[in-house]
Amino acid sequence: MFIPHTDLERQEMLRVIGVNSIEELFDAVPVQYRFPPINLPPALTEMEIMTELQDLAMTNESTRDLISFLGAGAYNHYIPAVVDSILRRGEFYTAYTPYQPEISQGTLQAIFEYQSLICSLTGMDASNASHYDGATATAEAAILAYHHFRGKRTKIITSPSVNPQYRDVLCTYMCGYKDLSIIGGDLDPLSKPDQLIPLIDFNTALVIVQYPDFLGRIFDYTALGQKVHEAGALFAIAVNPLALGLLKPPSEFGADIVVGEGQPLGIPLSFGGPYLGIFATRKEYVRKIAGRLVGETVDNQGRKGYVLTLTAREQHIRREKATSNICSNQGLMALAATAYVSALGKNGLRHVAELCYQKAHYAAQEIAAIPGFSVINDTPFFHEFVVRCPIPASEVNDILLEEDILGGYDLGQVYPGMENHLLVAVTEMNTREQIDTLCEALQEVNNG
Amino acid sequence: MAEPTIYELSSPGRIGVRFPECDVPSTPLPEDLVRKELPLPELSEVDVVRHFTHLSQLNYCIDYGFYPLGSCTMKYNPKVNEEAARLPGFAYTHPLQPIETIQGNLALMFELQEYLKEISGFAAVSLQPAAGAQGEMVGVMIIRAYHKDRHEEHRTRMIIPDSAHGTNPASSAMSGFEVISVPTDERGNVDLEKLRQVCDENTAGLMLTNPNTLGLFDENVVEVIRIVHEAGGLVYGDGANLNALLGICRPGDLGFDVMHFNLHKTFSTPHGGGGPGSGPVGVASHLVDFLPAPIVGILEEGDVDEPPLYGFETPIKTIGRVKAFHGHFGMMVRAFTYISMHGKEHLRKISEYAVLNANYLMARLTPVYHLPYKRTCMHEFVLEGKWEDAPGVIALDIAKRLMDYNIHPPTNYFPLIVHEALMIEPTETESKQSLDRFVEVMLKIAEEAHTQPELLKSAPHITPVGRMDEVRAAKDLVLCCWIPE
Repeated sequence: MFIPHTDLERQEMLRVIGVNSIEELFDAVPVQYRFPPINLPPALTEMEIMTELQDLAMTNESTRDLISFLGAGAYNHYIPAVVDSILRRGEFYTAYTPYQPEISQGTLQAIFEYQSLICSLTGMDASNASHYDGATATAEAAILAYHHFRGKRTKIITSPSVNPQYRDVLCTYMCGYKDLSIIGGDLDPLSKPDQLIPLIDFNTALVIVQYPDFLGRIFDYTALGQKVHEAGALFAIAVNPLALGLLKPPSEFGADIVVGEGQPLGIPLSFGGPYLGIFATRKEYVRKIAGRLVGETVDNQGRKGYVLTLTAREQHIRREKATSNICSNQGLMALAATAYVSALGKNGLRHVAELCYQKAHYAAQEIAAIPGFSVINDTPFFHEFVVRCPIPASEVNDILLEEDILGGYDLGQVYPGMENHLLVAVTEMNTREQIDTLCEALQEVNNG
Repeated sequence: MAEPTIYELSSPGRIGVRFPECDVPSTPLPEDLVRKELPLPELSEVDVVRHFTHLSQLNYCIDYGFYPLGSCTMKYNPKVNEEAARLPGFAYTHPLQPIETIQGNLALMFELQEYLKEISGFAAVSLQPAAGAQGEMVGVMIIRAYHKDRHEEHRTRMIIPDSAHGTNPASSAMSGFEVISVPTDERGNVDLEKLRQVCDENTAGLMLTNPNTLGLFDENVVEVIRIVHEAGGLVYGDGANLNALLGICRPGDLGFDVMHFNLHKTFSTPHGGGGPGSGPVGVASHLVDFLPAPIVGILEEGDVDEPPLYGFETPIKTIGRVKAFHGHFGMMVRAFTYISMHGKEHLRKISEYAVLNANYLMARLTPVYHLPYKRTCMHEFVLEGKWEDAPGVIALDIAKRLMDYNIHPPTNYFPLIVHEALMIEPTETESKQSLDRFVEVMLKIAEEAHTQPELLKSAPHITPVGRMDEVRAAKDLVLCCWIPE
């Protein structure tokens, strides 16, 4: 395996330690529990395990085998080769957290650049080094708001069109916080931002919306942001960072906290993870952010460099007084996003975002023209939209899968009453031909 | 010469990667929602590759050399893992695909759950937690949910030994528990007398790292667990140090109720410069219903011709979802690969040689470095980085001086119960030659500490930058190289 010792070396080491066998080193382990049989399959060589894994992987039908219109929080985008070639550098992926800045400037500067890119995209003043994913970043926004008001404001409002999984995670995280209530999730999923306004009061700590929202819609949240601030509450917007290549940054709507799922920025679908949790704020809240931050400074000879900073907030120093237990970030995923955005640049990112927008709109128009189907988005949308089907969306998906098409997300799974609604995502990966194939297959739904 | 940032390297109009032209009729953009400025850098592909190559060369990494970072288990990350996780059938599957199209992924997750159960002695495993700290938070939430389910919500106190990782108290406090600290006795075990004193009807549980952060297996672990169980509490095991226990003993057999695994420590998935990790959670039979959802189960049994149909299941009293989708699948593929390559024959060797390496280093270093707890260690041990006859030198100086010899420093200033702690974990993947070189360097540094302390105080000397001004970083707080207008 990966143990280099020869028999002779082992014996020499045992002699130096002063024991006769390796077993003797485990005398502290209660004898009745010591050395249990571990019933695993026999060991495989690299060649054998790769064959087994290839077989397993080929049992799947991936988004490369099927035509995919599935999104709902994870998106199929093209990842230029340059991104993975950077990630594959052992200097990055086999390094630990950069606690020793003298020998970690590579990781530290890459994170500093990541933080800068997130600020550029979102318009916010400061980004942390990332959270686990969009869902946990959203929960961290709520924790920040709760502590900002020292637990005195106990209401958190989420729009029903915030990703349902984010809302689930928020509930799981916050269930230990006394007297806290999370409301808004049970409003009509198609409600618009102004329908949140009646819920806002002086007990509201945070209002969370999504941009584009879970149903693909893009709203101008300026008016909502003003209402939130009139009540003295904080305003968080969960974003798709790729959409920000085209759309107004959330800072323009008065966001205090911007969170989001960074997966669209050069991170493979990989069956749901690892992804990248974006978290950015205005400067007044910087010292309350959970997770790591990299700051610029100088060394003892005045040379520019980077360090992990504001570590006094963190759990390893504050222990039970810390407001978060986080001690890792998605370092390598942040590097992927940094490499992706660097490689695409200002023009490339805008181009990809526009391709998504254009193709989604073409798809929506074509689908809306099919008898029995309609597109219910009556406001602008980005690259995802809701199709009302003549039969349950789950059945539509079954029919599409027969044609090797991953249809979309069955909204009935998360919104009772929307069983006939399909959430369709279109990205730069979908050609016009694929969109036309989808429409032909949907046509068959009518005939079938 | 410092590497410029990507913003400094930018040249307006330069294009890196091109994408195809739009092949559908154009729809007008929603002008009032379109941004006016997109202040991103503009680089060529060569610029990008060179920039990140330059940055990579400023990093220390396992692929380069010895990384004895205590508590972090910096073992070699097999290259095959990286190939495995990138197989197109894995890397390009969407998390919300119909289960019929993802049976390969589900089979792998199911098998990994089974392997982890077998290795740890627990009844069930959820792979969802994203990292150790999140796994730990899940463990604490499960304990809270268990007491709530039994209408014992008055159990609000979590007992944590003073040697614990800082995440233990932080996770407990986040879940609304009051943290009660118990001291360590002179042999490095939990102080049983003090533990008995703090256990009562308000005890929710105990968070125990075993082996603890001194690298010592608690000699009274069975009694510790019995005391907590007798008071009606549950025992959480911090799996950060599981690399000492593979095939040696199973935490579930010892009586632990819940434990997290660190796939990125014990099971060789790379640390990635700070993540992604992966922190599955295992539980004993009485806690199975509380696991975070979803977990992978068999929906229809298979037979000789047909494999079973795998799918997702939601435990009936689940604490809920702790992250989007199903966990860090890419890390699961790597860990599955690693465990498969060791199998029943070799798994135990991992821990045997991790412990052999640690005891060898300890034996060779203790003539010169003070060892506060003198007994056989497990996979790591803690020394004091100071000498009475070298008054100016502290652990930090030793750590920094190691860099001049191209060795990554051990963890220092942790655990908090040892002054000037140097926490050393060699892992099983280091050869005797590699350990001998480390010993040579450590002895040399001890000598320098006495004869040329200024060499240590001003170290490191050969690194791209010297000791950083951390006070300035925190005071001036420059977190972004792009200044908004």
